Amino acid sequence: MGMTMTQKILAAHAGLEYVKAGELIEANLDLVLGNDVTAPVAIKEMDKLDKREVFDRDKIALVPDHFTPNKDIKSAENCRCMREFAMDNDITNYFEIGEMGIEHALLPEKGLVVAGDVVIGADSHTCTYGALGAFSTGVGSTDMAAGMVTGKAWFRVPSALRFILKGKPSKWVSGKDIILHIIGMIGVDGARYQSMEFIGDGVANLTMDDRFTIANMAIEAGAKNGIFPVDELAIKYIKEHSTKPYTIYEADNDAEYEKTYEIDLSSIKPTVAFPHLPENTHTIDQIGDIDIDQVVIGSCTNGRLDDLRIAAKVLEGRKVAKGMRLIVFPATQKIYLQAMEEGLLATFIKAGAVVSTPTCGPCLGGHMGVLAAGEKAVSTTNRNFVGRMGHVDSEIYLASPAVAAASAVTGKISGPASLGL
Amino acid sequence: MKASGLVHRYGDNVDTDVIIPARYLNSSDPKELAEKCMIDIDADFVDRVQKGDIMVAGKNFGCGSSREHAPIAIKASGISCVIAETFARIFYRNSINIGLPIIECKEASQEIEAGDKVEVDFDSGIIYNITKKKEYKGQAFPEFMQRIIKAEGLINYINSK
Ligand code: SF4
Repeated sequence: MGMTMTQKILAAHAGLEYVKAGELIEANLDLVLGNDVTAPVAIKEMDKLDKREVFDRDKIALVPDHFTPNKDIKSAENCRCMREFAMDNDITNYFEIGEMGIEHALLPEKGLVVAGDVVIGADSHTCTYGALGAFSTGVGSTDMAAGMVTGKAWFRVPSALRFILKGKPSKWVSGKDIILHIIGMIGVDGARYQSMEFIGDGVANLTMDDRFTIANMAIEAGAKNGIFPVDELAIKYIKEHSTKPYTIYEADNDAEYEKTYEIDLSSIKPTVAFPHLPENTHTIDQIGDIDIDQVVIGSCTNGRLDDLRIAAKVLEGRKVAKGMRLIVFPATQKIYLQAMEEGLLATFIKAGAVVSTPTCGPCLGGHMGVLAAGEKAVSTTNRNFVGRMGHVDSEIYLASPAVAAASAVTGKISGPASLGL
Repeated sequence: MKASGLVHRYGDNVDTDVIIPARYLNSSDPKELAEKCMIDIDADFVDRVQKGDIMVAGKNFGCGSSREHAPIAIKASGISCVIAETFARIFYRNSINIGLPIIECKEASQEIEAGDKVEVDFDSGIIYNITKKKEYKGQAFPEFMQRIIKAEGLINYINSK
């Protein structure tokens, strides 16, 4: 029996010739990530260890992104805890707010993750780097603490689901619609404990930003990781961003998959996930009149340059509906700057949006756009759980940047088609 | 190792945002977290829960974010064990890593009711509903995980190696 792409990466990092699904292994880590919410917990855990030196100061990334710029005093204390730890341990990849970004957009951009790596992050959307052909997965703070000291983590080798992507997405359909479509199909626990391996000739029709979005939401189907093959586009991205050596792993021909799904990308329509689960999906043509109060464009799911370009295309020369709040938050400082240089920020501001510094803020109801009771938001983020963006009686509809931008203009959930685009 | 107590019951897909909402994540103090545990779906939970009580839920318990604050909040609230049909994977590993015993068992998850008195034996995976006098066989932990749980978490386990 052959191995899946994920199993091959894990085997190589565990020093084993062969691993099979269900086996418990200990793997060497190429990077350990934490943020201002999870790292302070990990640092406290580390203090309980007899040996508390970090295993490799170059292989730890610390990103203050959740409640930054510091939302309140407690957040400031957490950020200080992480900053002091970074300074004391001479951590190379600590990013202060002037050079930061939302961690999952930042790490690939800084070239810290390349194909073939094994990465753990104390944040569930660490699975984003599967877009680069790495095995990356979210863990908790204790795993992070152990990983920072030992450079290792335990894993149960996952079985896999295979998604064969075919064809080309139609206009205004992006990675977000594809992954929402898939989650709608298999459910929020459809890939629980498993890898989601995306292959097929359709992959070539997806931009890197589309792939990051898709891999980012693998966790929303319960997956351990999502992973893409390393094609020319991925190699180009890696070479442009990193000097680290990379390794390409491919699934064996006789690798075992629990299930195989074929997905015709050309048949996917703009898709929206209704409250309160990402699996509650509806295509844009099945949605009646739903008035909304706020639109949020950004996050580690859809705050990249492609996303902002799409939103700007929809918003160009238009105004947000009266009484509507549109919040745009680019995912990293670099994206922010590029968006400024391309004139995208001007488009947003002229349309009546506020543009925020990179932060997780509104995505988790932290700050910068918290919802009141009864309010409805269309958001390009990845979770629409009860209370995620504010009051427990508020509602979140997950959508692509194109749908979010169009909805901000009409004041109702709508696709670009409703604006004649 | 055994746990026994009264049951608090929840449904499917209880996510980490309801176990401990993100707005309280600016603290990582177990006591403070425990005070807000389950607040968005069961506001009186914190007042009702007694030390040793057991939580029973449906499918995919603990889905969502990787916040270890979720199992920490549950453990600090006094809960001695969580039984569910299935757990989300990060929650599963976090629970083991911090030493909160959790056990998967479909029948127990479906049949045990709120207020039942239940006993769980972690070594054998046996769940016994004292109120209804019914026994279930849950999934026992692989040996490796039992060692971590017995050491009361990954950190102690590493120290003991
Ligand atoms: S943007 Fe949202 S989903 Fe992404 S890391 Fe931040 S809080 Fe998590």
